[in-house]
Amino acid sequence: MGKIDREVVTVDLDAESIKKDFPILSNSENNKSLVYLDSGASAQMPRLVIDRINHYHQHEHANIHRGVYDLSEQATISYESVRSTVARFLNVADTSEVIFTKGTTHAINLVAHAFGRTFVRAGDEIVISHMEHHSNIVPWQQLCEEVGATLKIIPISDIGELDMEAYGRLLSERTKIVAVTHVSNVLGTINPIKEMVALAHSKDIPVLVDGAQGAPHMKVDIQDLDCDFYIFSGHKVCGPTGIGILYGKRNWLERMNPYEGGGDMILSVTFEKTTYAEIPAKFEAGTPPIASAIGLGEAIKYLEAIGLERIEKHEKVLTRYATEALTEINGLTVYGTAPNKAGVISFGVKGVHPHDMGTLLSDDGVAVRAGHHCAQPVMQRFKVPATTRASFYLYNTLEDIDRLVSSVRNAKKIFS
Amino acid sequence: MYQEVILDHCKKPRNWGQLSNATHKAEGINPLCGDHIWVSMNVIDEKISDIQYEGESCAICMASGSMMTAKVKGKACSEAIDLTEQFRVLTTEEESKVEPSGLGSLAVFSGIRDLPSRVKCALLPWHTLIAAINSQSEISTEGDKDPVPGSGTKKG
Repeated sequence: MGKIDREVVTVDLDAESIKKDFPILSNSENNKSLVYLDSGASAQMPRLVIDRINHYHQHEHANIHRGVYDLSEQATISYESVRSTVARFLNVADTSEVIFTKGTTHAINLVAHAFGRTFVRAGDEIVISHMEHHSNIVPWQQLCEEVGATLKIIPISDIGELDMEAYGRLLSERTKIVAVTHVSNVLGTINPIKEMVALAHSKDIPVLVDGAQGAPHMKVDIQDLDCDFYIFSGHKVCGPTGIGILYGKRNWLERMNPYEGGGDMILSVTFEKTTYAEIPAKFEAGTPPIASAIGLGEAIKYLEAIGLERIEKHEKVLTRYATEALTEINGLTVYGTAPNKAGVISFGVKGVHPHDMGTLLSDDGVAVRAGHHCAQPVMQRFKVPATTRASFYLYNTLEDIDRLVSSVRNAKKIFS
Repeated sequence: MYQEVILDHCKKPRNWGQLSNATHKAEGINPLCGDHIWVSMNVIDEKISDIQYEGESCAICMASGSMMTAKVKGKACSEAIDLTEQFRVLTTEEESKVEPSGLGSLAVFSGIRDLPSRVKCALLPWHTLIAAINSQSEISTEGDKDPVPGSGTKKG
């Protein structure tokens, strides 16, 4: 692998000027020197998203789908237009297949309950992988315990790729759903979703994709992937917290029972019987986080204006550059070295505990994540209690990586 | 936080190991960061005549454990309990509430107050010490003189 030419990066995507769009990264008072490498946990918000949310609160706020007065009508239009924005973002043809949730965890729980309680019975199997985030493990485990089904795990290789042969063998007439991550939040591996969906569909098995680490970093084309459910969070695509998206195929959503009951999800209510609303309202009980949804719409437009393909390419360059520089450090191990990898680098340095590493990097203004990343089975697979994780996004520069590398070297020196 | 005294204890932990015939023993686990430690002691007449500490942990936890053993060795259990409380106040309470104490060089841990996510690392050895002290008293109230090694309260 040749050395990275720094000029190539700045020509393709000017991360230095993109950084200026983000107040927290360009705040001259205290954060001027912040190197933010934890976008895998939560991305920062550009000024226009923050302004859009503020504008909503100051000029547009009213509850939606209820009032006949202008303010409520306008709020409803703003909120519903985000559904179309998301549909375009994911290349979804039918806008009512886009459901607002509180986030990825909420959306997976929604499917585990609504799909699980409708279609999964004792003796059935659910297939997940060894690289899932806890939020794509625990809801399925709870479902299995409740109905008497079994969880089957797709193993992963030493470089952090799914064992596709084992995956094929795990699919059977007992398999009711496959739930797999698009991109591993620890290893960075980009899974072959299209291939996995095709294989599952050949046996009439639906596939849920946890896109929390996918949608923010690459162009997602639902019609091409053909998955049955795709899920992501607002705060990982430069939007606010408290909002997430569940895409689901109409065919499944219509047959699934509602997850939560309440206002907005009904057609009519009497004490004898309630009839439910059509999708998407059927899965959106109660007043949603309207401002957050509107902020998410603005964030998606921001990412689209820059271009998901360019962002993906930029992150690949950063990842390659960082991997080269980090692996030059003696005693440093990178966990997850799949060839097809997103902007996530988990590593350990011999003699330096990941938590000490995290604290020492923080002293240098470098924000990374240290811990098990809500993926303890991955830690067990690689026999480490924790790792340090740097994750990249569109606003990260090669200088950020240089700061990371020099800070890691410094930490190593302190403990040598 | 990573001052010389902490690094010194981290690189050369004092009283490292597990006493083979410990009268008191406990295991401490912090599942959040994977710290896993053991404290073993010989207590004679309510006095800690010997103490050892061992485990896999971050530097903060390791240095805290090493300095703790040096501090409480030879002291009465009641004194060790008192020092533990002083250490808790030092690392978790507001600076104004911390009174001059008998912690000596352990005062270096006062900076951990500003790193809430790391406070548990510093406290784990002390929690385990208390668990070890209590493990014997619990067992002794039932008249059992020979506690099973490793049967101490798991903290986490």
